[in-house]
Amino acid sequence: MATVIGMPIDRIDGPAKVTGKAIYAADVGADKPVFGAIATATIAYGSIKSIDASEARRQPGVLLVWTHENAPAQAPWVPKAEDPFARPKPQLDSKKIQYYGQPVALVVATTFEAAREAAALIDVTYEKGEGVFDLENAGKDTKTPKQDNVGKPAASKVGDVDMAMRTGFVSVDETYKTPYQNHNQMEPHASTAIWDGDKLTVHCAVQLVESAHACIATTLKLPPEKVEIVAEFIGGGFGGKLPVYGDAILAGLAARELKRPVRVVLTRQQMAHVTTHRGASVQRVRLAAQRDGTLTAIAHESLAQTARADDFVEPIVASTRSLYAAPNRFTQQRTAVLDLPIPGSMRAPGEAIGLLALEQAIDELAVKLDMDPIALRLKNEPKDDPEKHIPFSTRNLVACLQQGADRFGWNKRNPKPGANRQGQWLVGMGVAAAIRGNFLRKAEAKVTMTSAKTATVEMDMTDIGTGSYTIFAQIAAETLDIPVEAVTVKLGHSSYPDTPGSGGSFGASSCGAALLDACQKLKARLDKGEGPQGLTAMGKAAPGDDYKKYAQFAYGAHFAEVGVDADTGEVRLRRMLGVFDAGRILNAKTARSQLIGGMIWGVSSALYEEQPLDLRFGSFMSVDLANYHVPVHADIPSVEAATLKEFDRHANALGSKGVGELGICGAGAAVANAVYNACGARVREYPITVDKILPALS
Amino acid sequence: MKAFTFERATDVDAAVASSAKPGARFIAGGTNLLDLMKVEVEKPAHLIDISRLPLRDIAETPEGDLTVGALVSNTDLAAHPKVRERYPMLARAVVNGASAQLRNQATTGGNLLQRTRCPYFYDVAKSCNKRTPGAGCSALQGINRMTAVLGGSDACIAAHPSDMAVALMALEATIETKGGSKGGRKIAIADFYRLPGDTPHRETNLEPGELIVSVALPPPPAGQQTYRKVRDRASYAFALVSVAAILDLDADKRVRGARLALGGVGTMPWRALDAEKGMVGAEAGDKAFAAAGAVAMAGARGRGGNDFKIPLAKRVVARTFAGLATSISKG
Repeated sequence: MATVIGMPIDRIDGPAKVTGKAIYAADVGADKPVFGAIATATIAYGSIKSIDASEARRQPGVLLVWTHENAPAQAPWVPKAEDPFARPKPQLDSKKIQYYGQPVALVVATTFEAAREAAALIDVTYEKGEGVFDLENAGKDTKTPKQDNVGKPAASKVGDVDMAMRTGFVSVDETYKTPYQNHNQMEPHASTAIWDGDKLTVHCAVQLVESAHACIATTLKLPPEKVEIVAEFIGGGFGGKLPVYGDAILAGLAARELKRPVRVVLTRQQMAHVTTHRGASVQRVRLAAQRDGTLTAIAHESLAQTARADDFVEPIVASTRSLYAAPNRFTQQRTAVLDLPIPGSMRAPGEAIGLLALEQAIDELAVKLDMDPIALRLKNEPKDDPEKHIPFSTRNLVACLQQGADRFGWNKRNPKPGANRQGQWLVGMGVAAAIRGNFLRKAEAKVTMTSAKTATVEMDMTDIGTGSYTIFAQIAAETLDIPVEAVTVKLGHSSYPDTPGSGGSFGASSCGAALLDACQKLKARLDKGEGPQGLTAMGKAAPGDDYKKYAQFAYGAHFAEVGVDADTGEVRLRRMLGVFDAGRILNAKTARSQLIGGMIWGVSSALYEEQPLDLRFGSFMSVDLANYHVPVHADIPSVEAATLKEFDRHANALGSKGVGELGICGAGAAVANAVYNACGARVREYPITVDKILPALS
Repeated sequence: MKAFTFERATDVDAAVASSAKPGARFIAGGTNLLDLMKVEVEKPAHLIDISRLPLRDIAETPEGDLTVGALVSNTDLAAHPKVRERYPMLARAVVNGASAQLRNQATTGGNLLQRTRCPYFYDVAKSCNKRTPGAGCSALQGINRMTAVLGGSDACIAAHPSDMAVALMALEATIETKGGSKGGRKIAIADFYRLPGDTPHRETNLEPGELIVSVALPPPPAGQQTYRKVRDRASYAFALVSVAAILDLDADKRVRGARLALGGVGTMPWRALDAEKGMVGAEAGDKAFAAAGAVAMAGARGRGGNDFKIPLAKRVVARTFAGLATSISKG
């Protein structure tokens, strides 16, 4: 049997994407579609006193205007559920305004332009209340939750951190801040709803088809079998398309009302408020160590935003419990319940911003100890999980750090800040560790021999740009011993077998393991002489005891070199390397794309990305891509990612771990540490912009 | 977007005549106007498409000026051999603006007239004196990191976004128009822009219906010239501070002449005449260049988020002149 799994083959959906044949939700062909536009609230807290849509209704081409006064009845929202993304998401169901930008009306018209203009003509007057918007001054709205959003305890305590801080040879006690961020996917949230007889099909941009199916069917009070969700291609998810939003619900309701296809697309500006974002955080890190670098205390406390409209407790401190050994430990996640848009998962929720703080603090400790920051990390490598006291399934952080150091030329780094000047540039290097929890979710897969040498795979899994289509083709091809080109992969329809979808980096492993199971069963029957034509097998995967018996994480080490302009404080990345341990790699090419994509986002969170909040209005102020900065090509001259050869037999039958989020974890901290090494500016408030570096320059 | 009527102008006179229609606006590249129409900051009732008028030439006059047609794209302007040879600061300024795609579409006349990117100007739910005179300025106490520190008023501190116009200020360009009460005229760029005062909605001295047809560049002054832009990322970002500078030294390394204009810091492209005058006769060096930065920013007023622009601009001015002096001494 030829090795196919792991090979760096091109995306099988690549040609369709670059030739425009891959159809996204807003572009789905439909018979005489009409267009919906959403109007949004311009206050953050209060209620609608009156709403005058008469002018909008008079506009030529307008077919329907809904406000809370006349929108169809929907299932009520519920605050808690096992699957939060399957909860009803009723729209225009109340005069109450819970956040700035909340949808307050829908206009459907025969053209997109008419709908949008009419939506702008809706005149809303508000009864404005006093909202709470300031993370650091939320008073009684500052809470200490019991659990984070993935169900882990929000706090942990081992030993006595205060005592260790007093008696340590050196200590670090610093506060770090991370800003609000938006996913800003290239594809806006969009839906095309088609009503046919008594059946509704919603083409939408969602990561979790099964959850979206439950959400939309429940909200619209339709029997599940009368609703089909289709999400064949998604132009970026990053966690922001885990929930269903008003575009899908309102398109579905309007299609039912008008008995014709309805398309609703959020504008780029609306995305900032209508959809979820990453909440801002304030993180205090305390570290104490002996003279030789042995950590005696690690404490990581975080305060992050959650919303009055819905609760989300980002697990910012959770992985800190497993990264380094220390006898005295404390972690705590607190939230401020603010009248702001709802925060949610955004690429590596938790670690992405938690490590921006922790891994910069480790660097600060290394400086105080006059110790190499890699040596400091190696010194504190734990033998087993430091708080759960269970073995790691696999853990190769040490190898990531050592191999990365060799490849990057770490030994050329001068530990003294500002010591390496090249013309106008102060050049520095930084390092940081990556850790990301590994998850497996229940999944099913179906594989069918469509001829003696061709097979079709079906799952309701999505490919949000990650390469899902391709790795599934590789798994089926290798297991069934047929060429990759002989495998047809069908994803993103709710009628296909249930999967957890794309999220938390669990998609490839969960769905891949289920598919492996299906293909192995099918192959066994083929080998017995059954079929082949039409032969079908179902496969399954689910987390077993190994997820309790072993601490499961993926790891990495980031190395960054930056230049800081000695006069202006401009920071420019020069090169970056990440070495990762993510179990077995399913496709070396798409995995690399995932990893460098994450690393670039890490650079973004270190240097560029911020969604400023106007505390007077409770509204975000960088709502387009000109002002919301992410890196452009000129910012990313050289980024390399390498992976260790590894197979985690405790993770799943494929031996793989998620790579989608690993690359961002710690990447920004490596950049921040490089900035310090370059010029001596220790900036603890992200992003690290010119104005924050300038005071440190002579 | 508000519905509008549209016509394609066949010649300059017809375009000017059509501008009398109620709510009429000219559109060329549309890189800024269309964005503003989508968010209903601009709501023209009638668009006059001037993009096919014959205003795409760059030509030399007998007097030695270079005239640039109003519809010359930013890309073509920056790439023109005469511009690169004689006005390198202009070529640099233009390629430091926007992205390649936008520069292909954006025109010389349109670039002069592009509007601020102040987020409150773009958000029709927030008050803005530039959008609605008398409504109040949300930026004064708001998110104002990108706003101006020079030329602001209590009505408006919105920064002018153009890079090209900063170089044109230093080069003392002249803007030629058709239409308006005089039927057309030549306006020195120093007289083209207005400070916001209490009428921030009036950004230039163009009259209604007056159409820019060309920009004339006089022969470049003696000396070396450059454009330095400091921004939050390496491309496709508006200036935090930009500096258009020309330095001419005599044989004793004393300043014979200097030009200085700044971007990112002013409510209009900002010429620093006092700083230029103060340098003449001084010995080229850190002292004179630091003094130039200090004089240029003497009237600056920060509003919190933009305070950093004042020390930053001083540094960039000094550094840019120092770079020119080094370049001159190397011959």
